Amino acid sequence: MIKAVSPPAAKTSGYRIETRTRASHAVTAVASALVIFLAALPSFAGRGIIEELIFVFYMAALAQCWNLLAGYAGLVSVGQQAFVGLGGYLLFALTIMAGIDPLAAIVLSGVLAAIFAVPTALVVFRLRGAYFAIGTWVVAEVYRLVFAQFRQLGGGTGTSLGPDITNTVFGIDWVKSMFDVRAPAARDIISYWAALALAVGTISLVYFILRSRLGLALGAIRDSEDAAESVGVDNWRVKLTIYVIVAAATGMIGALIYLQTARISPDAAFSVLDWTAYVIVIVVIGGIGTIEGPLLGTIIFYLLQHYLASFGAWYLILLGALAIAVMLYAPKGLWGSVVGRYGLTLFPTRRRLVVQKGALRSYRQEA
Amino acid sequence: MSLLEIHRLRKCFGSVVAADDIECAVERGEALGIIGPNGAGKTTLFNLIAGGLFPDAGTIRLDGRDITAARPHQRCIAGVARSYQIPRPFDGLTVFENLLVAAVHGQHKTEADAVQLCGGILDRLGLMRRANTLAGSLTLLERKRLEMARALATAPRLLLLDEIAGGLTESECDELVGTIKELRSTGITIVWIEHVVHALLAVVDRLMVLNFGKKIAEGDPTTVMSAPDVRQIYIGIEA
Repeated sequence: MIKAVSPPAAKTSGYRIETRTRASHAVTAVASALVIFLAALPSFAGRGIIEELIFVFYMAALAQCWNLLAGYAGLVSVGQQAFVGLGGYLLFALTIMAGIDPLAAIVLSGVLAAIFAVPTALVVFRLRGAYFAIGTWVVAEVYRLVFAQFRQLGGGTGTSLGPDITNTVFGIDWVKSMFDVRAPAARDIISYWAALALAVGTISLVYFILRSRLGLALGAIRDSEDAAESVGVDNWRVKLTIYVIVAAATGMIGALIYLQTARISPDAAFSVLDWTAYVIVIVVIGGIGTIEGPLLGTIIFYLLQHYLASFGAWYLILLGALAIAVMLYAPKGLWGSVVGRYGLTLFPTRRRLVVQKGALRSYRQEA
Repeated sequence: MSLLEIHRLRKCFGSVVAADDIECAVERGEALGIIGPNGAGKTTLFNLIAGGLFPDAGTIRLDGRDITAARPHQRCIAGVARSYQIPRPFDGLTVFENLLVAAVHGQHKTEADAVQLCGGILDRLGLMRRANTLAGSLTLLERKRLEMARALATAPRLLLLDEIAGGLTESECDELVGTIKELRSTGITIVWIEHVVHALLAVVDRLMVLNFGKKIAEGDPTTVMSAPDVRQIYIGIEA
C-alpha cells in the first residue's frame, strides 16, 4: 500500500529513506481486517448498532479533517460547520432540485464545497491566529444566514428529504434483497457503508498527505513559518491546498450526515457546537497533531455520550471539564502522552535515513 | 555581472534607518564578511536579501534578475539560502527531515532524488550520527551546523550566514571555520555576518563595515580593519 523504500537507484550509492516500522506492518494487516469486518457488519448486526456506528464514523472523519487543518497546517478554524452545512444543503439542492442520485450528490457536494472554499480562504487567510479563528466562525454564520434565505430549501425552518429520494438511493434494491430488509434499514446500510468509506478515506488521505512533499512542508511550517519559507516552502499555497482539501472532505461528510438525517435546517446544519466544538474536544482529548489521537478521541467521545448523555447539562459540563483537564495535564492529548512515553505510532510518517556502512566519510576517518 | 547586486537599498523602521542607501556587489565564488556594532543593520540587510523584509526603496538583483519583490520561498528557489542568527530548526522533524524539506521544496526534487544530496551534506557537516534525532534535542553547535546544512540542502548559489559562530567555544568555532573553508572550495558564494572577527578574517576575501544602517568601509579585510573609523567602532569590542 505504501511505498516505503526509495527506488533501487538510490540504494546503490549508500543512502535510502525508510518510513515503515515493524509495528506499522502489523497495523496495516489489522486495519485491513478491521475494515473488512466493519464492511461485513450489516449482515449480522442490528440496525441500532449500524446507526451508532454511522455517528462514530462521521465524527471520526470530521475529527481527522479538523486535525489536519489545525494540528498540521496550524489553521485553527472554529468555522468548519460552514462546510458541514454547505455539504448538507448542497445534497438537498442537488437531489431535490436537480434530481441527482444521493450518493453521486455526496461526491458532487465535496467538489462544490472545495470550490466555495477558495474565495472563503481568500477572505479568512488575511487574518492570523485568534482573528483567523473568529473570522472562520463569522464566515460560517454568514453561510447560515445565506442558506436561511432559500425558500426552495425551506428558508429558516428547513426542509426534509422525501422517501421518493431517500428510498431510491443507488444500490438500495440490491441491499434490500441481499439482507432481506425494508427500505429504511437498507438506507441505513448504504449510509453506513458511505460513512465507513469516508472515515477510512479521510484517514488514508491524511496519512498520504503526511507522507508526501506536502506533509514535509506541513511539519516545517508547524515548527517555524519563517524558516519554512527560507527553504523554499510556499506557506500560503500549502495552507490553501490543505484548507481546500479539508473543505471538500468536510462537505462530503456534511452531505452524508444530512442524507442520513433526511432533515435539514440552517441552525442544525451550521451548528458550531455539533460540528466544530465537539470535534475540537475529540481532537484535544485524543491528541492533536497525530492521526491516532482523533481516532482515540472519537471512541472516548462516543462512550461518554453513550453513557452520560442522559445526564443532560451535566454531560456537557463533564465533557468540558475533561477537555480542560487534558489540556492542563496532558497537552498532547491521551495518544500524545502514550507516544511520548513509548514512541508508539500506528501510522509512521517519520522518514529515517538509512546508511550503508562504508559510504560515510566520517566513519572512514575514525577507522 | 556580479551574482548579487544591491542598489540604493533603503529600509526604515519609524525614524530608525536600518538600511541607508546601501550599495553592494558580490562576485561569484567570493566570500564577503560583514561586521558592525549591534543595531548596525546587518541582520536587516540579510532579511532584505532573503525576503523576510521588503525594502522601502532600492533594488536587489541575483544573477541580473530583479528579485526585489520576490517572496522568500521564490528567492530560495532562485538560489538564496540563509542561516538564522538564533537557530530555527524544525524541532519536531529529525535532522535528516530538516534537510529533506529544504531539498524537496527548495530544489523541486522528489524525496528519493534528494536522499543522496542530504546524506552527503549530513556527512560533510558532521551531523550523520544525529541524522534520525529530533532537531529539537541538538546542542548549540549542532544547531548551528544544522542551520548551515539545511541551507545547503536547497543547493544555493548564495549562502547567507548570520552570526553562525556566535555563542560557540573557541574550539567549536575553529571547527566551524574549517567547515566553512571547505565549503568555499566547492565554489559557493558566501556572505557572512559575524561578531567573532577572527573567525571571519580566516575565511573572507572582502570585508564590509556597517554602522547605523550605512556602509562605512569596504575592501581588503586587513586594510578595512586598520582604518581609523573602523578601529574607533571596534575599540573595546575586539582586541
